[in-house]
Amino acid sequence: MATASVVNRRDFLKTSAASGAALVIGFHLSPSAFANTAEDQEEKPVNPFDAWVRVTPDNSVTLILGKSEMGQGVYTSLPMILAEELCVDWKQVHIEQAPTNPKIYDHGTGGSGSVAGSWLPLRRAGAAAREMLIAAAAMKWEVSPDTCKATDGTVVHGHPPRRFAYGELVETAAKLPIPDLHKVPLKNSTDFTVVGHDTHRFESRAKSTGAAKFGIDSRRPGMLFAVVARCPVFGGKLVSFDAAKAKAVPGVRDVVAFETKGRGASTTGGVAVLADNSWAAMQGRNALEVKWDEGPAVKESSEELHRQFLENAAKGGNVLRNDGDVNAVLAASKKKIEVAYEFPFAAHACMEPMNCTVQIRPDGAEAWVPTQAPQWAQAVIAEAAKLPPEKVIVNTTLMGGGFGRRYQADFVMEAAQVAAKSAGKPVMVLWTREDDMQHGFYRPASYHKMQGALDANGNLAAWKHFQTSTSIAAKWSEKGMNDPGLGEFGSGATIPYVTPNIRLEYTHAESSIPRAWWRSVEHSSSGFVVESFIDELAAAAGQDPLAFRLKLIGADRKIPQFGQDRGDYPPLNTARLKGVLQLAAEKSGWGQPLPKGQGRGIAAFYSFNSYTAAVAEASVQNGAVRVRRLVYAVDCGRPINPDGVRAQVESAAIYGLSAALHDAITIKDGRVEQSNFNDYDMPRIRETPLTEVHVVMSKEDPTGIGEPGLPVVTPAVCNAIFAATGKRIRRLPIRPEDLA
Amino acid sequence: MAISFTLNGKSQSVDVSPDMPLLWVLRDTLNMTGTKFGCGMALCGACTVHIDGEATRSCITPISSVAGKKVTTIEGLAADESHLHPVQQAWMEEDVPQCGYCQSGQIMSAVALLTKKPNPTDADIDDAMSGNICRCGTYQRIRKAIHRAASAAGGKAHSAA
Repeated sequence: MATASVVNRRDFLKTSAASGAALVIGFHLSPSAFANTAEDQEEKPVNPFDAWVRVTPDNSVTLILGKSEMGQGVYTSLPMILAEELCVDWKQVHIEQAPTNPKIYDHGTGGSGSVAGSWLPLRRAGAAAREMLIAAAAMKWEVSPDTCKATDGTVVHGHPPRRFAYGELVETAAKLPIPDLHKVPLKNSTDFTVVGHDTHRFESRAKSTGAAKFGIDSRRPGMLFAVVARCPVFGGKLVSFDAAKAKAVPGVRDVVAFETKGRGASTTGGVAVLADNSWAAMQGRNALEVKWDEGPAVKESSEELHRQFLENAAKGGNVLRNDGDVNAVLAASKKKIEVAYEFPFAAHACMEPMNCTVQIRPDGAEAWVPTQAPQWAQAVIAEAAKLPPEKVIVNTTLMGGGFGRRYQADFVMEAAQVAAKSAGKPVMVLWTREDDMQHGFYRPASYHKMQGALDANGNLAAWKHFQTSTSIAAKWSEKGMNDPGLGEFGSGATIPYVTPNIRLEYTHAESSIPRAWWRSVEHSSSGFVVESFIDELAAAAGQDPLAFRLKLIGADRKIPQFGQDRGDYPPLNTARLKGVLQLAAEKSGWGQPLPKGQGRGIAAFYSFNSYTAAVAEASVQNGAVRVRRLVYAVDCGRPINPDGVRAQVESAAIYGLSAALHDAITIKDGRVEQSNFNDYDMPRIRETPLTEVHVVMSKEDPTGIGEPGLPVVTPAVCNAIFAATGKRIRRLPIRPEDLA
Repeated sequence: MAISFTLNGKSQSVDVSPDMPLLWVLRDTLNMTGTKFGCGMALCGACTVHIDGEATRSCITPISSVAGKKVTTIEGLAADESHLHPVQQAWMEEDVPQCGYCQSGQIMSAVALLTKKPNPTDADIDDAMSGNICRCGTYQRIRKAIHRAASAAGGKAHSAA
């Protein structure tokens, strides 16, 4: 279990005293803050590390870091990287959640960044431990370290070989200086035996036997279960409540009103019913009588938002990019198209509804939180408990899905507020599915007006992308700090298609609906828009959609990400993009005939520094879309666990299909109209296309894969529908009237 | 009033409100958390258990209706620690679970299917499994794992321990 104390090497040495000693190396997952001095490895008032590797005399290797497992497989892929350099079986590597350290604010799991960000730090830490164990063996044998070799959890020397297990070397190794992590020799990739090999997931057994513990499974002695009544209208406030009937429900122990506010709150608070079990709490909430002041958002609706979108589009937006003279070319062009695409709000709908368990005592607090952001959780609990953050222990549990939803702290804030009023008892605040559906942070609704022109040779003469959306930036940023704009376009700001004239415009649309990061974030809409529109242009040019894309991508080159050229954003490499396009096309049998009524569609996109392409085969029968087959090609740099990569892409495909085929969060009278899976349904097994994922065995450093599979699936499917029926789909989810 | 039933082969008695759903009796009264809450309306299948061998959504099953019956949950599927149920084994071999939250329910539905149809077709799988939602979209692997479990048993019916 995690502890709140700041962990450093000396603490580890102390706590491992029972087992003799431990070799402990601290490191940092963020390269910019990469600590590597000898002084850092010893005690400092603020320990600079957020990750550690620990080798103990029982031959076990523990990787301690702040990465949350929500299904994306980091409990498998991250130990694999460490095991590779440390020369141990990856199954010997146990993962522990690092304690939250209020002085280090970069624990967090999101942005498809875990493997990409951990790759070098984990290799360096593993290599440092390996070199120290080799040095320890060499000292014991009184030979040169150069004549010793690490293999399979041992150091070997000589012929016939003699060997020490790592555990036997720990005591000696722990006394050696830790090498400079920047200079420690790394393995040659041709010697890799773990990285790049299909590996079974670490937690498959626990997740197949019911033993895996998610946040919702937290059980503490004397705990109470709470559900919360919230104003159904966003921003509405509690006026009064009568708890008499709720308190009469058997098992109900208490009813408390509470407020939430500030950054991260999804509501203004509510009334919590606390009971001996979840069922009694739900019955109590049903019996509760509450009066709400619904507030100004009650006037908001999806219809009103659509009107706002149209007005914004008619006016034009802030110009974010303006290469050449788009308007002049469009005015003069003989071959041009103008269309609009529209997206509704979308809910994450994690299978495990939001929940959080908190216990607050006068001298400290402890929480069990399924969170992508444990340090934010710690901060909001500290605030509610009026305790310094270091007095708050956050235990990060497994998560029944995250997808960005669990990067939020609203559900933690609620549980902390309720626990603060519960006299030291542990309290789980459990959201029902309806709560989860109606009080989320949604993928922004957006509207995109696209204009394009072709020259006489069928080349792209101009590209104009106007977007208006309920931006994420406006929700999360102080006014003027980060004006909504380029961030809402994602890779839609850096199209790979050659054109001398490109213009991007943006207008923020006002809305009270909370919104935030949904799997693949802005790429989920921009991927659809760019890859649908380029398909429309190909059709207008009378060219094959694949050939048209390849022609417009043109020569091999590296395109700087527009507006992101100063940071850690690598340029878009057109050779890699063409590589996945061609691979997906080849594997799908692009160009070969299909049965009547079926069509093939293609799309490719760059997101989270990875390249994905998909070919979909679809048909329309009785007004319903049937996606028969999906063929993916993905290049996410060097795949750590290729089968894990395939799993993530299969998953993103279904997540994207849910937005294409089913799901819209719509607003009426300031509240969400959907409530459960009856009106916000998910794809089922019968709708699952046969999916192939071809993984490029790249030698480039690894990049993201949890999200990049998503942006291409919706355009590939809709382009396939066009190929099959001649109908263009320009708003999601696909509606029967758009197919007629 | 106490309600008695058989839970994973052992007799169990609980003293709870008779309308309390089996799901919450399992999770909150008995602390058997392998069975999951997903929707509360029998829409997602996360809470699937077997009652007298039938796959049943425990979230809408009042505990009173279970009196005298045999309930099997995910915790009762394996004969013991070293002998997982062939469906659980197949789930691991195909690396089905991602977040894993829905998989107890998926496995319970799959076991019930294979008990009735030891060699299910894809259409049988679609019919039996379409009540179970997986937000991670592991459906393709679920299908493979069911076929794998079926062939591992050589076409003979599985039964829960």
